[in-house]
Amino acid sequence: MTEKYEAVIGLEVHVELKTNTKAFCGCGLSFGALPNSHVCPGCLGMPGAIPVLNRELVEFAIKTGLALNCKIAEFCRFDRKNYFYPDLPANYQISQLDLPIASAGYLEIESEGVKKKIGINRVHMEEDAGKLVHQGSIMTTPYSLVDLNRAGTPLLEIVSEPDIRSPREASMYMEKLRSILLFLRVSDCKMEEGSLRCDANVSVRPRGQERLGTRTEIKNLNSFRSLERALEYEIKRHIELLEEGGELVQETRTWDEDRQVTLSMRSKEEAQDYRYFPDPNLPPVIIDPEWVERVRKTLPELPDQARERLMSEYNLSSYDANLLTMSKDVLDFFDACVAEYNEPKLIANWVMGELTRLLNQNNMEIKDCRVTPSSLAAMLKLMEQGTISGKIAKVVFEEMFNTGDAPEKIVKDRGLVQISDESAIKAIVDEVIAANPKVVEDFKAGKEKALGFLVGQVMKASKGKANPEIVNRLLREELSRP
Amino acid sequence: MALTEKDVERLSVLARISLTEEEKKAFARQMSSILDSAAVLDELSTDRIEPLIYVLSKYNVMRDDKVRPSLANDEALANAPLKEDAMFKVPRLI
Repeated sequence: MTEKYEAVIGLEVHVELKTNTKAFCGCGLSFGALPNSHVCPGCLGMPGAIPVLNRELVEFAIKTGLALNCKIAEFCRFDRKNYFYPDLPANYQISQLDLPIASAGYLEIESEGVKKKIGINRVHMEEDAGKLVHQGSIMTTPYSLVDLNRAGTPLLEIVSEPDIRSPREASMYMEKLRSILLFLRVSDCKMEEGSLRCDANVSVRPRGQERLGTRTEIKNLNSFRSLERALEYEIKRHIELLEEGGELVQETRTWDEDRQVTLSMRSKEEAQDYRYFPDPNLPPVIIDPEWVERVRKTLPELPDQARERLMSEYNLSSYDANLLTMSKDVLDFFDACVAEYNEPKLIANWVMGELTRLLNQNNMEIKDCRVTPSSLAAMLKLMEQGTISGKIAKVVFEEMFNTGDAPEKIVKDRGLVQISDESAIKAIVDEVIAANPKVVEDFKAGKEKALGFLVGQVMKASKGKANPEIVNRLLREELSRP
Repeated sequence: MALTEKDVERLSVLARISLTEEEKKAFARQMSSILDSAAVLDELSTDRIEPLIYVLSKYNVMRDDKVRPSLANDEALANAPLKEDAMFKVPRLI
């Protein structure tokens, strides 16, 4: 059934910028602070308070526009979007309607080796609303409480073209967009905390048909997983409805994470009319080419460039390069480690393997981690010198992760130095051979696997500290004696 | 310009104001007469005049990204008729 139809998806992403202050007043940004403690007459919507634009917001917007290959507007302005809701104290949101700061860009995603450009329709600046606190669900709460700390937080709205054709492409677009924003250091991009939000527009049409089907908009997508799931659900719903000869209603729907379904959000009074008009309190913004060039010079290496570099300079696979460039912090860690110890592939394996495993297990981020690039490099050097075995290295690494101690100290304190003394290992090898006559016989009869068992026994007897190469060599020597 | 009661009804929905039938009638009449007196302006030709959005010719009025003091919570809530847990208390709205 899905072969008959094709999905057409466009995403609207809202990203909270990590400036020091709000978009139009000097209140600091806060997450989790005492409610209504980062507010002033401006962001409380008091009559007479005049908004003054934060220069950093414009700089961040230009930066983001350039990184998304957009054209930066020479002239842009702010408009008021009028609606009544308690989280919006002025009864209008300052946004941009017909003259956004950046437009006509793209970003590139890659799926199974095939590159695809997804168009960026526009990037515009606006302010966030406050937060409503309900008791339980909004449907049953007796009243609501309003916290305006978030009101006025600078946002960028980034709108894609309807170039996305599958739920998978949608989440790849989001991942790429997120990594670009992280590399630019303009946002924390935490979906679970709401600093990166996404609404999806989706429609389906029979393959080959030019005209677009009726679209629906899905809100409340708080993770990459819910984005994909919600789109899968909605596409299936559209196709089933069309197959039954039904008709789709253009509407806004919400993703119900618990029930894994989308639900209609239409209220009785669909009389939405935002009555946009230019905000007379905010003079226009004129961006001359010099300003754009000045910002362009501050652009850091972006994920695609970093990927290319990792693949060409270090010969890493495209898979490894992708994982290492998902976040700027991970890439910086990797680069710093390679600068101290030039074994990129080995370092990549440790960063994506043990380090990522421990970070996930402890729900931590790399920047909060006690292991530093230098300490990882030092540990890998101990391995190279034969001071510790690869197996012991994992134990040392976990200890480094937990305590932040230097690897040399851990190895010394816990007596983890690898045993490379041949006579000491020989003694254990002899014991193991004597204790396992049956296995020895198997090996001599040609059962190569039996060796692995004997190696394991020697390692165990030495508490993992015997040098595995020497163990292997000595075992083979002993066993090959007639 | 005659504004109908239907127009007034739609405006009242957008403005979240409920009106009685008499009020709708009265407002339709009053608002029509306001529009009529403003209609005088339509007699002027504005074909070659750019819309005036900003009275001043200023642009790029911006401030540095430096934190300034905010209001204390009790000051922020001073005008609130109802409050709870350091927040404004409002009717549920869907």
